[in-house]
Amino acid sequence: MTTLLIAEHNGQQLAPATLSALTAAQQIGGDIAMLIAGAEVTAVAEQAAQCAGVAQVLVAQDDSLRYELAENLSALIISLAGDYSHIVAPSNSITKDAMPRVAALLDVGQLSDITGVLSATQFQRPIYAGNAIATVTSLDDKQVITVRAASFAKASAQGGSATVTSVAVPAGSGLSTWVADELTVSERPQLTAADRVVSGGRGVGSKENFALLESLADKLGAALGASRAAVDAGFVSNDMQVGQTGKIVAPELYMAFGISGAIQHLAGMKDAKVIVAVNKDEDAPIFQVADYYLVADLFDVLPELIEKL
Amino acid sequence: MKVLVGVKRVIDYNVKVRVKSDNTDVDLANTKMAMNPFCEIALEEAVRLKEAGVATEVIAVSVGTSASQEQLRAAMALGADRAILVETDEVAEPLHVAKAFAKLMEQEDIGLVMLGKQSIDSDNNQVGQMLAALTGRPQGTFASKVVVEGEQVTVTREIDGGLRTVRLALPAIVTADLRLNEPRFAKLPDIMKAKRKPLATTNFADLGVTVKQSMRLDRVDVPSVRSGGVKVESVDELISKLKDEAKVI
Ligand SMILES: Cc1cc2nc3c(=O)[nH]c(=O)nc-3n(C[C@H](O)[C@H](O)[C@H](O)COP(=O)(O)OP(=O)(O)OC[C@H]3O[C@@H](n4cnc5c(N)ncnc54)[C@H](O)[C@@H]3O)c2cc1C
Ligand SMILES: Nc1ncnc2c1ncn2[C@@H]1O[C@H](COP(=O)(O)O)[C@@H](O)[C@H]1O
Repeated sequence: MTTLLIAEHNGQQLAPATLSALTAAQQIGGDIAMLIAGAEVTAVAEQAAQCAGVAQVLVAQDDSLRYELAENLSALIISLAGDYSHIVAPSNSITKDAMPRVAALLDVGQLSDITGVLSATQFQRPIYAGNAIATVTSLDDKQVITVRAASFAKASAQGGSATVTSVAVPAGSGLSTWVADELTVSERPQLTAADRVVSGGRGVGSKENFALLESLADKLGAALGASRAAVDAGFVSNDMQVGQTGKIVAPELYMAFGISGAIQHLAGMKDAKVIVAVNKDEDAPIFQVADYYLVADLFDVLPELIEKL
Repeated sequence: MKVLVGVKRVIDYNVKVRVKSDNTDVDLANTKMAMNPFCEIALEEAVRLKEAGVATEVIAVSVGTSASQEQLRAAMALGADRAILVETDEVAEPLHVAKAFAKLMEQEDIGLVMLGKQSIDSDNNQVGQMLAALTGRPQGTFASKVVVEGEQVTVTREIDGGLRTVRLALPAIVTADLRLNEPRFAKLPDIMKAKRKPLATTNFADLGVTVKQSMRLDRVDVPSVRSGGVKVESVDELISKLKDEAKVI
């Protein structure tokens, strides 16, 4: 058994999600090679070589991989796939885009968002917005897998001494071109990696009112999250949506303000260690998953919390 | 330009699914079913392209049991011109669905395929990407804006860090995210009209698709439930609970 693990990184740093996916790869067993793909990734490759349990680091460095477009990234992975029984990646917007292509080109199925490894071919994954957990066995000769990072502890980023090898990058397809990025710039921790998350919903009422949540987040060193309703209403940008179809978070502390607790939202945060909910509706469903809840107006609670913390 | 739209029959998004007591699957008997919400958005976009004179025909396709005819009729009431049911009694895996769509793309000379980004039942998020790979065509997944100009489509995508815009050569595959548009509701006259629109039925064998099972569902479990919470009466009490009991601040 050999696993090719596709690293998540930002060009400078290996993302914590990579270390969670590494744990999943270790549980699968066998040798692990980590692929670092991008335009300038030398620094990341060095970090990858230190990770515990990584035997080999493959570096694919080319301008055509700058945005890790699915067409190009999947072609690269396919060019390497022959040597591996498992192709594993942390689930993120790049791998969600590219990995199903890899599976289709290999003529195998894909296991999306696994939350448990039972054997090299048997896995657990949530279905129906996390309201059921499926145990599935892959019947294919190769396994293509994306890993829900929040469900696996992070492997150690130290102690390894992998060999680092450059690999050839196939020519880009030319059918798809990057035009522009409009990225959210923030000094706060990354939502999916943060230990604490402060989230707001429709009840927050406006973009301006979100400043209150930002102050609280800054006090706590927390990331900012939101419900779909808050994103749809334009209070915050799309990358803050937590839920079934947004980001999955499992911080130590998740604080929800003015969020009702629809199943689609709960799917993204119910694995947080401690959940706090503030809602003025006594019957808000979010209270059923909250460890501590306050039936109150968030506009009374927030200023007091910010002051007293 | 002809547009193919994927329409999947799934549990209604408002319904909380039950796991069968023998843990073999979820229990969908007597459950309210509907069109996958992301497919509604994909369909709406296709219909708007037709209204704008960009698309010439909108074809709704579902892979599923004969019950999926209900969702295909709904799609035609919302503006699809005709529908194709790829009938199967087995659970169609994403790769099977993608293979069927690939054949239909070729048969129907399709310029654009609009799919949802994700089925809300199996939460796979795979079919669009697989279809693009199988046909060697470009993809624009998780779209929040779609602009067709000549032989190209420009797609703004929702990604982890914000938004990314890509330009794709047509034919292309686009998958809809939540904020692409707000789907309309069907009007009664359109529901009546939809009954007379053509609905063709085919199957994997007729399309020349061999179905090889990739996954076996071994069991389905209820996730661990969180124990009931503690109601606090004041901000002070909340802070002390978080500090002293939960030790998270
Ligand atoms: C296909 C699909 C996918 C979806 N994916 C997601 C997803 O990924 N993430 C997600 O979050 N949602 C998702 N949704 C939407 C989800 O179903 C809910 O509509 C959404 O989560 C509701 O957001 P909300 O709780 O902010 O708003 P609401 O449900 O409107 O709740 C607002 C809450 O604020 C409270 N409130 C109002 N004013 C105050 C105040 N002053 N003080 C205290 N409390 C106050 C109200 O009592 C209420 O409980 C999805 C839906 C669909 C159909
Ligand atoms: N059985 C199906 N019939 C029609 N379209 C489907 C089917 N399965 C998936 N799709 C399309 O592919 C999208 C993504 O589905 P999935 O990859 O299963 O999450 C859906 O929103 C549909 O548009």
